[in-house]
Amino acid sequence: MGRITLDKVRKAFGDVEVIPPLDLRIEDGEFVVFVGPSGCGKSTLLRLIAGLEDVTDGEIRIDGTDATRLSPSKRGLAMVFQSYALYPHMSVRKNIAFPLKMAGLSQDQIDAKVDGAAKVLNLDSYLDRRPGQLSGGQRQRVAIGRAIVREPSAFLFDEPLSNLDAALRVGMRLEISELHKRLATTMIYVTHDQVEAMTMADKIVVLNAGRIEQVGSPLDLYRAPRNVFVAGFIGSPKMNLITGPEAAKHNAQTIGIRPEHLAVTDGSGTWTGKVGVSEHLGSDTFFHVTVEGFETPLTVRAGGEVSLHYGDTIHLTPDPAQLHRFDAQGLRIA
Amino acid sequence: MATQHSRSAARVMMAPAVFLLLVWMLVPLILTLWFSTLDYRPMRGTFDCCEGLGNYTRFVTSSAFLSSVVTTLQLVGGVLLITVIGGILLANLLDQPIWGQGVVRILVIAPFFVMPTVSALVWKNMFMNPVNGLFAHLFKALGLQPIDWLSQAPLFSIILIVSWQWLPFATLILLTAIQSLDSEQMEAAEMDGAGPISRFYHMTLPHLARSITVVVLIQTIFLLSIFAEIYVTTGGAFGTRTLTYLVYQRVIESQNVGLGSAGGIIAVILANIVALVLMRVVGKNLDA
Ligand SMILES: Nc1ncnc2c1ncn2[C@@H]1O[C@H](COP(=O)(O)OP(=O)(O)OP(=O)(O)O)[C@@H](O)[C@H]1O
Ligand SMILES: [Mg+2]
Repeated sequence: MGRITLDKVRKAFGDVEVIPPLDLRIEDGEFVVFVGPSGCGKSTLLRLIAGLEDVTDGEIRIDGTDATRLSPSKRGLAMVFQSYALYPHMSVRKNIAFPLKMAGLSQDQIDAKVDGAAKVLNLDSYLDRRPGQLSGGQRQRVAIGRAIVREPSAFLFDEPLSNLDAALRVGMRLEISELHKRLATTMIYVTHDQVEAMTMADKIVVLNAGRIEQVGSPLDLYRAPRNVFVAGFIGSPKMNLITGPEAAKHNAQTIGIRPEHLAVTDGSGTWTGKVGVSEHLGSDTFFHVTVEGFETPLTVRAGGEVSLHYGDTIHLTPDPAQLHRFDAQGLRIA
Repeated sequence: MATQHSRSAARVMMAPAVFLLLVWMLVPLILTLWFSTLDYRPMRGTFDCCEGLGNYTRFVTSSAFLSSVVTTLQLVGGVLLITVIGGILLANLLDQPIWGQGVVRILVIAPFFVMPTVSALVWKNMFMNPVNGLFAHLFKALGLQPIDWLSQAPLFSIILIVSWQWLPFATLILLTAIQSLDSEQMEAAEMDGAGPISRFYHMTLPHLARSITVVVLIQTIFLLSIFAEIYVTTGGAFGTRTLTYLVYQRVIESQNVGLGSAGGIIAVILANIVALVLMRVVGKNLDA
């Protein structure tokens, strides 16, 4: 079981309020991703749940029982740190065994569990090495191994992949997702990488300056961002946000259209602009287009084989069904 | 120091310093070696050559030698024990966020700046004096019989004085080590269910191993040559005669330079043996 409820949780460091009162429900078995720009309080929120930081106000309940004042070890949660926080003087085996040893398990039980975890994570051949003798990805696995042997009610990950190179990150992303499918345990995952958020989450929590901007499934957030911040944050490349007279035509303060919802049309289109830098990814090409009267260039996704060059004139037509409108407060107009 | 050129330039520039150090070290050593083979007693005017190893056998076979070696080891061992254990505890305390941390840290380091002679005198007269010492007053206040520290527990008293001087050194080194302990590691251990004592035993102590080694090695080198504290307090009486002190007595009190020089050489050899043993026992913490 791993149902976690935050009720009006507030956190202040001295006079600085980092997290204004916040409510959040995390269901059992969910994969929840906290995402937001740097310094928005993701780590702090995670550490509040872990018990590594004292809650200033409010209540945290785990499986229905009040855990607000419980010490970290009593909460039954396991955490994987960004720096992995492996114990450098212990072998991999001892690292993974440490929580079990602290729990007072017998040596036989410990050995069985460590071997089990090592098999799941492909660590068999490294068990007698020290953390210093492992690569980043292997260390990451050891940290995860140390977390899973405890059979916690929920896993907490704080940017676990940010120290890995791109290829490894994709691999570990899949492994963690797979682990979640197999264990069906609640996982809370902090990242500022919205690709990780989109691909892994059952539920994304978008944070901005300690406030929750929106909670929902990745596709909910993609299809119907609640406000301009979420619209600009979720999706890659970013949604094009257009203000001024063009937005006024749609009775909105701001309109948004994603790069993939702009069609390149021959001869004429709603907007006409000049191609700037283009990024060829093979499967896709992203053009940065300057349109007369728009403050920022538009990003457009086109097929991989479209051949347009710097300075060419381009006609663009937005898909009207995919046009997002926001009012003066930045909120979505339905 | 990457290129051939810069390396040879470095060698040329270091040469004067190296030469000076060599002379500095070798001249007294060779003189001592030479004296140790002589029957050299200035008061009697003897300066005869060719004692051979006579001085050495005389020094080693005298009844004072063995007891002085034991005393030295007791002194060094006792001080090491107190400073390392006390240093770990103090460093842990000083690492806690307390009010006036900066001032407290400076105060803790202060004893290290007091000259050995001065601190020994202060301890002898202000604390350990059986009539007027603070300890005597304390004992009387508690209704106990004051003890004459320096004659009833002389070696322990000296160990206490020397420990007081060296505790700051150990504390300082261990404090910097504790401060370099990764806080996420501690938090991970906390989440893994380790209480404060387990965390200390499984995280802090292994992390400190290297610094403890450094403290033990450096202190041993200095503690083997403790002199002023003994001279000022007991003058080598009541079983506080260390090897260093014995050499001093042979040279100055007995006016036998030859015998004293032989003792000095033996002390150097023994110190090297101790250092080697220590390196073997605790030095492996320094690799890795
Ligand atoms: N111990 C502390 N004392 C005071 N302020 C703190 C403390 N820890 C964090 N903060 C502040 O709280 C805010 C949120 O920090 P937090 O570490 O949660 O950000 P984050 O979202 O995890 O950012 P990142 O993506 O860069 O890791 C920051 O403005 C930070 O300066
Ligand atoms: Mg963070």
